[in-house]
Amino acid sequence: MCRLAMKTASKPFSPFSVLEGMEAMQEGYDGSGLGLLLRGLDFTDYKYQAGDPILSGIAHTPEALHRLNNIMESKGFELNYDHEFEVTRSMIEAKDRHKYLLRAYKKPAAWDSLSEDEVGRELMLTRLELRKNGEENGGDLTAFSLWPDVAMIKEVGWPLEIGQAFGLNNDRIKSRVCFAQGRQNTNYGINLYACHPFFIEGVATMTNGENTAFVPIKDWLSGKGFPGYMGYQSDSEVFAHILHYVTKQLKLPLQAYKHVITPLANKELAAHPQGDFLRGLRDVCRRLIIDGPNAVIGSLPDETTMVVMDAKKLRPAMVGGKPGEWAVASEMCGVDALIPDRDRSKDFQPMRQHTIIIPPDRQELEIWSQFDQLPLIQAA
Amino acid sequence: MVSIRSIASHPSSLSPNDLPWKIVHREDRCTLCGKCAAVCPVNTLKLTYMRKRMPKIVLNSTERGSSYKTFVGIRQNTDVGRRCIGCGSCSMVCPNEAIGPVHNASDRYRFQATAGGGAITRGGRRNEPGASLLDRIIFNRISMLTDPALDAGRHEFTYNTLLGRVLPPEEYVRRKLSGEWIPPVREIFPFVIGSMSFGALSPNMWLGLLQGVAYCNEVLGIPVVMATGEGGCPPWVLKSPFLKYIILQIASGYFGWDEIIRAIPEMQCDPAAIEIKYGQGAKPGDGGLLMWFKVSKLIARLRGVPEGVDLPSPPVHQTLYSIEESVMKMIQSMSMAWNFKVPVYPKISGSTSAKSVLNNLVRNPYASALMIDGIDGGTGAAYDISLNATGHPIASNVRDCYLDLCKQGKQNEIPIFAAGGVGKNGNVVQNALALIMLGASGVHMGKFIMQSAAGCLGSEQNRCNVCNIGVCPKGITSQNPKIYRRLDPDDVAQRVVETFQSIATEVKKVMAPLGRSQSLPIGMSDALGIADKDAADRLSIRYVC
Repeated sequence: MCRLAMKTASKPFSPFSVLEGMEAMQEGYDGSGLGLLLRGLDFTDYKYQAGDPILSGIAHTPEALHRLNNIMESKGFELNYDHEFEVTRSMIEAKDRHKYLLRAYKKPAAWDSLSEDEVGRELMLTRLELRKNGEENGGDLTAFSLWPDVAMIKEVGWPLEIGQAFGLNNDRIKSRVCFAQGRQNTNYGINLYACHPFFIEGVATMTNGENTAFVPIKDWLSGKGFPGYMGYQSDSEVFAHILHYVTKQLKLPLQAYKHVITPLANKELAAHPQGDFLRGLRDVCRRLIIDGPNAVIGSLPDETTMVVMDAKKLRPAMVGGKPGEWAVASEMCGVDALIPDRDRSKDFQPMRQHTIIIPPDRQELEIWSQFDQLPLIQAA
Repeated sequence: MVSIRSIASHPSSLSPNDLPWKIVHREDRCTLCGKCAAVCPVNTLKLTYMRKRMPKIVLNSTERGSSYKTFVGIRQNTDVGRRCIGCGSCSMVCPNEAIGPVHNASDRYRFQATAGGGAITRGGRRNEPGASLLDRIIFNRISMLTDPALDAGRHEFTYNTLLGRVLPPEEYVRRKLSGEWIPPVREIFPFVIGSMSFGALSPNMWLGLLQGVAYCNEVLGIPVVMATGEGGCPPWVLKSPFLKYIILQIASGYFGWDEIIRAIPEMQCDPAAIEIKYGQGAKPGDGGLLMWFKVSKLIARLRGVPEGVDLPSPPVHQTLYSIEESVMKMIQSMSMAWNFKVPVYPKISGSTSAKSVLNNLVRNPYASALMIDGIDGGTGAAYDISLNATGHPIASNVRDCYLDLCKQGKQNEIPIFAAGGVGKNGNVVQNALALIMLGASGVHMGKFIMQSAAGCLGSEQNRCNVCNIGVCPKGITSQNPKIYRRLDPDDVAQRVVETFQSIATEVKKVMAPLGRSQSLPIGMSDALGIADKDAADRLSIRYVC
């Protein structure tokens, strides 16, 4: 089992504080890796321009970096900022890391006429091109994300040590949302792409659990022909893709995600105000029903964050905080470490039917039950 | 040269040792009650007077050297038509365990069974003993790492499947918003009682099955459905609320459809689905065949034919030129007949061309599923050569079709149902879940349910297999009331219920260790393994040893 920690706050904070929250739960993971997602970025040495895409990844060799530069230049990206991590190499297990990438670009001028969705699609395709280029060259280039206001760090090792190795405790980077996950992979080989969180077109998730329905879900998503539905080095990557599919392709409200991955049983649907619609939705999205124990934490482009449980509530997750800052962690000690000065009596442990939504204003938790009416479209 | 006709050996003469089943009779236990001879469905047994010489040493010259004893014993008829079929009815009725058939693997009967010039025919099964491929597939993706084991006894499991055309999610949302037609979808138990016609089965068997199915649905909440096969459906069923548990089959003879169409206005509910039979795994290229023995007054009335005539359906639907035309005409006509509220799907023989049929269906918005019947499927009557050697094994057929759908992203839209040898050695859940994890949405089972629910005596060693001539020793496939009254419908219903209860439990016992409880693991091929490298490669599953 691994551990998850997430904090979202109106005021940017250091990701290192989230790693300390992870450390509080250290008995729950094996230290095989760390994945971080930062959203709502604030750099001490750079004034980030909203909307500029940020590339996160690793160039494992100078040649890879050179090729990366060529690709980005040829596409018309203009490098605005290249964050240099103060890396302590001796603390990092892997030796083939030429440069950790965290770069802000200016979008190609040719994209000015594109809609927001089209720009998003182009950014995703560019990321996939970089990834493919790396895979074609012995895996010497890794691209985690290319998206405005989002940075990702993934590395093999003990989470807190990686944070120290990256110098994340120097406060040079802060963010309003930070996801951290402390394990490489559950079922498959150790691979940087297999490390949570997973990212696609602004949507990201991380999971604590095992998705036993992975293969049929992967087969279905792969068959959709959408270029971003690929990878699948981890059984949990499909959670991000399903969230993307539900919100961006089906354009259903966030609450529908829960109905897709863990639909209600027949007798529950019979009593649901939109039972007819939801039963049909369950049938058509049947191949996206997840299984096994899972706590899924998600992040959307507007800085909304969310938590959902598997249908049997077989994994832990605890939500706590106060107006302006909220934390989600696998264990209460993790929430304590992230936001110690909160009213603990208002902590909430989501059950199988719940979707916890923390809206961008972060003033209060929205605890939405699957048995409630969906804020849906007239359809149902 | 003129042969010596007095010698009792001619090309086709057979002795009991040449037959596939030999009767062993113990005179020391026999009470001469005659029950065995009375019950024998093929009259192979005859009680007969026999005489044997009792030699003795004679000292007194006035007496003869030998005396003779007369006794009553059992003789086994060696005529091809009256050979022992191994059903064992004799041993079942014998009060003293004095008699029973023994299998003879080195029989010569097979070479002589063509007497009269006809090819060998039988009912039943393929007769391939030993573990089938499906028996050798095991489930080995056990969730050991992060998963608290699911509890098959206490946790809730969802294992029903869908029968019907499922829309792509985008299209569903669009149609739902605009109030357009959504194709009918049935949620059913993935183990379907396969197509066995009213005609192939006796009235008591049919009634027992239906009673059991109704109980499963209405009391146990297991949504079992059963398919009629070609031959219609009794009018009282058509007009009853039980019709919703029935898949009505239409096949190339269209038997019984006059009654069905006429009953539509009086139907209380819609049938579960309509199955259009284009082919059958046991006898590809043949239509249904109901031999004259079984065309009783009742059957004749249901089918709208005279009594006592052979009813061979043609191999193809005569009004159709191709499957494309069929897809256009029959599926749409059948859908229209029930106002587009009943799923309509074709059933085909397992075949290397199954993928072509499937791709046709994918493009037809009214096609609801594809049912593929593999070579191990059973039948009421067929030629041996069809049963034994014609057709396609189901596993790779289903797998190819499923992977083809996956490539197109359509695997949720057209459910594939598989049949042909599911449970033929008793491992019905293992076989079915293997097929489901290879990509089937569910299975049809015929022989298994006859064996489990009604005690069918057939085995893969060509035991019994006389479904075709209406003498079924258990009364399952006979239309002779003297025979089928042996079968109590209530007993059959009870066994149907017990069978489905045990299937449901076993399904959970497989799903739980795999960490699956939320949905039927269709296409979960990562859970499958087989200790056969070639089979593993062919099916794209894991080779384990």
